[in-house]
Amino acid sequence: MPELMYREALNQALAEEMERDANVFLIGEEVGRYNGAFKVSQGLLDKFGSARIIDAPISELGFGGMSVGAAMVGLRPVVEMMTWNFAILAMDQIVNNAAKLRHMSGGQLRCPIVFRGPGGAGGRLSSQHSQALESNYAHFPGLKVIAPATPADAKGMLKAAIRDENPVIMFEGERLYALKGEVPEGEHVVPLGKADVKREGTDVTVITWSRMYYFCMQAAEELAKEGISVEVLDLRTLRPLDEEAILASVRKTNRAVIVEEGWALAGIGASVVDIIQSKAFDELDAPVERVTGLDVNMSYAANLENATQPDAPKIIAAVKKVLYRQGA
Amino acid sequence: MEAPAVASPYSKDLLLTMYRKMYLIRRFEERAGQQYTLGKIAGFCHLYIGQEAVAVGPIEAIRKEDYMLSAYRDHGQPLARGSDAGMVMAELFGRGTGYSKGKGGSMHIFDIEHQFYGGYGIVGGQIPLAAGMAFASRYRNEDRVTVCYFGDAAANQGALHETFNMASKWKLPVIYICENNRYGMGTAISRTSAVPEIYKRAAAYDMRGEPVDGMDVLKMYEAVKDAAAWCRAGKGPVLLEANTYRFRGHSMADPATYRSKQEVEEERKGDPIPKLRDYAIKNGLGADADFERIEEEVKAQVDAAVKFADESPEPSLEELWRDTIVEPGEPDVRPRERVLGTKVTNWPSYPSGQELKVTWDLEPREQAELADKKAGLTR
Repeated sequence: MPELMYREALNQALAEEMERDANVFLIGEEVGRYNGAFKVSQGLLDKFGSARIIDAPISELGFGGMSVGAAMVGLRPVVEMMTWNFAILAMDQIVNNAAKLRHMSGGQLRCPIVFRGPGGAGGRLSSQHSQALESNYAHFPGLKVIAPATPADAKGMLKAAIRDENPVIMFEGERLYALKGEVPEGEHVVPLGKADVKREGTDVTVITWSRMYYFCMQAAEELAKEGISVEVLDLRTLRPLDEEAILASVRKTNRAVIVEEGWALAGIGASVVDIIQSKAFDELDAPVERVTGLDVNMSYAANLENATQPDAPKIIAAVKKVLYRQGA
Repeated sequence: MEAPAVASPYSKDLLLTMYRKMYLIRRFEERAGQQYTLGKIAGFCHLYIGQEAVAVGPIEAIRKEDYMLSAYRDHGQPLARGSDAGMVMAELFGRGTGYSKGKGGSMHIFDIEHQFYGGYGIVGGQIPLAAGMAFASRYRNEDRVTVCYFGDAAANQGALHETFNMASKWKLPVIYICENNRYGMGTAISRTSAVPEIYKRAAAYDMRGEPVDGMDVLKMYEAVKDAAAWCRAGKGPVLLEANTYRFRGHSMADPATYRSKQEVEEERKGDPIPKLRDYAIKNGLGADADFERIEEEVKAQVDAAVKFADESPEPSLEELWRDTIVEPGEPDVRPRERVLGTKVTNWPSYPSGQELKVTWDLEPREQAELADKKAGLTR
């Protein structure tokens, strides 16, 4: 199986879906002649032309809403937000229009559209450019929210998102784009709404998504050396949550740690805890632990930036806590 | 009566059709207001009384397949496009027989069969959508225009400026009609706008912009006929500022104390409905009997609409779990088929992704290279 970077996997998904369906177009800032701020759309303008790879003005609300309108009448737009921080400007169109069109029209309209771009910490970019915003979107009925961690999932889930009949919000990661992994060629479609056990284990379930997945895997490796067997469940889709997979894993290990890059209050992890406590309370051997970003804005200084985010040592400490092995 | 000096360019049929539609909106809205006070309609209910010409003129000037959408003062346009009055009223009543099964209410009338793509409740939120629909028409090389209504206060939203820029740059076939009724809710547009003549703002985007007498249905008709030809010729978007007036408050909850009684009385003299009737009679294109007959028929139609709404059941509770997410293979709901059992045939359909050939070159390479060169860029 070929090894691709996360950005190349996305590029492949876009190219394949655009080849397959002429209703699909890509719009965003710098996606055309510049080949993408993060090079996800490399080479696509030459391949598909300027009506299908569209360099937009810096008007997130405008081109976001325009794309929703195109989706209402049969096209399948992919809207690249240079980062999700900028998409906050388009939130009205995403939340008040895309997510509600099916409902407000009583089932007459559908809105098959993908909004995608990087989320999470950027790397020495301070607070406006470093935030994990997925819980905002996961709040709204009418949207699907995905956040793949690996190149293979990035490809397969983008393909599924483009084929989906609903608005899909896709969180990539500035610090994921250059990561490499094996990616199946051609028709590789990962269904939305399905979590994935990325590492099997028996002692604790660590539940995560997107970039935090790599810290969890690192922590699991370390803990294995101490004889602790960690199961890593990659949620991949944040709306709808894969309750079945969450409960199946927790019922097996009886312990859970949830690792989330974003802030704790009203975070996705809070909803995962709610699912576990309400449906698997009797099977828990310890209270569920959460590892989240600190409840502060992101700083530029390297030490402050690092301290703000979850990392492997913090995850290891949380795993030991639910195993009652603190200080061990 | 004296014979007119110049023969009217309009047919009797067109004038009577316009009269019927304007009178339908007026009568429908009067009854809606009355039903609101009776507690049959709740929430926000924005009436179109006084602005009828702004909906009817343009609708007669465009084609059946042209797209249309509006803000939350949205009962008039679908009625004029041919929506079932009973089902619109049922939507206002929150009944399962409404166009959106009672899920949308007064602010969100959608009738896709009649190419009415909705009423939107966030000021200016429909403006980018319209450009996107026009974009899709251009993308598929269709000979179709999109007509988008918005209120005067929406002209101060960023959405408008962002959209005008793109629509003009990409020459999208969209007609924006600003319904300038002079008040954004209770605030006079002149109090909040550095340039209260909305049409002038088009100039900033190298876009055609004109004021129109929104109290004259024939002027609205002519303006949109011309604008539609302009759009279809690929010349880009048009902004029309329809100067109009709402005879009632912003919504049923608004007693409109911010306007003087004299102002309202003065504006009522410009009522577009008697104006059209006078024109037709003066030009020998309609007699009193024609108008009386139309009025009687419309009254009966609206009575039946109210009765239909009132007798309709609320939506079933199972409806709560429908229409949020489209499940695989799930078809779209065709309201008249669902409610009345009428076979709906003119539902929009588009070429599949395999059939569609995109020939549009939105930004020709030479053009882009030239712009880059001017900016001193090399790639």
